[in-house]
Amino acid sequence: MAYFDAASTEPLHPQAREALIAALDVGWADPARLYGPARRARMLLEQARTEIAEALGARPDEVSFTASGTQAVHLGVLGTLHGRRRAGRRLVTSAVEHSSVLHAAGIHERDGGSVETIGVGRTGVVDLAAFGEAVLAGGTALACLQSANHEVGTVQPVAEAAALCAEAGVPLLVDAAQTAGRMPPPDGWSVLTASAHKWGGPAGVGVLVVRKGTRWRTPLPEDDRERRRVPGFENVPAIVAAAAALRAMAAESAQESARLSSLVDRIRREVPRLVPDVEVIGDPVARAPHIVTFSCLYVEGEALLTELDKAGFAISSGSSCTASTLRPSHVLEAMGVLTHGNVRVSLPQGASGTDVDRFLAVLPDMVRRIREDAGVRT
Amino acid sequence: MTSRQTAAEGSTQPPALTIDALGKKCPIPIIMLAEQINQVPRNGIVSVLADDPAAFTDIPAWCRLKSHHHVASHELPGGGWAIHVRRNY
Repeated sequence: MAYFDAASTEPLHPQAREALIAALDVGWADPARLYGPARRARMLLEQARTEIAEALGARPDEVSFTASGTQAVHLGVLGTLHGRRRAGRRLVTSAVEHSSVLHAAGIHERDGGSVETIGVGRTGVVDLAAFGEAVLAGGTALACLQSANHEVGTVQPVAEAAALCAEAGVPLLVDAAQTAGRMPPPDGWSVLTASAHKWGGPAGVGVLVVRKGTRWRTPLPEDDRERRRVPGFENVPAIVAAAAALRAMAAESAQESARLSSLVDRIRREVPRLVPDVEVIGDPVARAPHIVTFSCLYVEGEALLTELDKAGFAISSGSSCTASTLRPSHVLEAMGVLTHGNVRVSLPQGASGTDVDRFLAVLPDMVRRIREDAGVRT
Repeated sequence: MTSRQTAAEGSTQPPALTIDALGKKCPIPIIMLAEQINQVPRNGIVSVLADDPAAFTDIPAWCRLKSHHHVASHELPGGGWAIHVRRNY
């Protein structure tokens, strides 16, 4: 099976697996207690915190571990809005953020806050002028922008957005789930979120980073853990493994990201040459190294993914029929591109050129057969 | 950039053909449109009635890819849209 769904989850890095097994034996005790095993767990936890902070361009005391990337976003968005209630109740966000941002925004609206959603261009890049104007409006408590889009890979102009936010005195939350460990950490954020299983760590570890000086107040019942930011007992072994994965990934990524990026270039170039009526979407240059998305006219996305699965490819899609919702993908919709027949290829570390070649070899006939079955004359 | 708004431009020309794709899921409305657009003369209007939300985005995207013209999308009283497309060639 060729696994091409790293944007959903990166397979556990071998060094993370090793660290996880070792930490299960020595890092199980409650890091909040005073006895020997507890001190050892605490030491492991704080060492992992220091390493992850460094990789993300943060200070250790700014980093809290959550139960997931989604929870990190929920707490980041709602906690900052709560902490800045006096500044106002406006939230500014791009139209292509991860659903965790949009759902947190939905709660904020239900609680009487307002949300301004900024549109994107055809490649998925946020309209920076409109974003800048929106954060300048009075009463803006928080702005959100992802580092790169999870469905199409397009990188957002985070540095420029951060400069506009700084000018307006508005904190910027950057959801870095798709780039942490793969690209240099973004700069200029006030709140940063990420997810360990996207960088080869285990599931169940998210990261919430709140810059010193950013107002933040928990939207949940108080708890002593994680600098009072996240409730519940930390999963120390998983956090240790997450740090090991990030360390390994960051060390490999300079070379590996370039290699994956050239495989993505090959797919971007070859798919429209081999398959008629295909639109490759997202920015061809300013993009995450491992993600490429294309849409095939007249093809039902689910049918294509099923055929790919039978041929030994694990691949996902933003198409409505496969995304467990009847709504088309809000990302593709906002970009104004085809929402059906959508295929997202996202390459994990070590993805082989041979598998990419095999993918390119089987795809044209698959698409042709599905179109034929649907009665499309080409 | 797209929006849920409809364009007024050119919407006065009556459609030469109406395709009823109500209740049909994408990509079927687009397959129907591609199959039948040649039944109208050049510069003629095809109106696609569709209620799959994907059609609202995908028919204009199809027009862009196929160099036809998306004239306007009108909301239907019973749900869905009448999506008007001008045959360009």
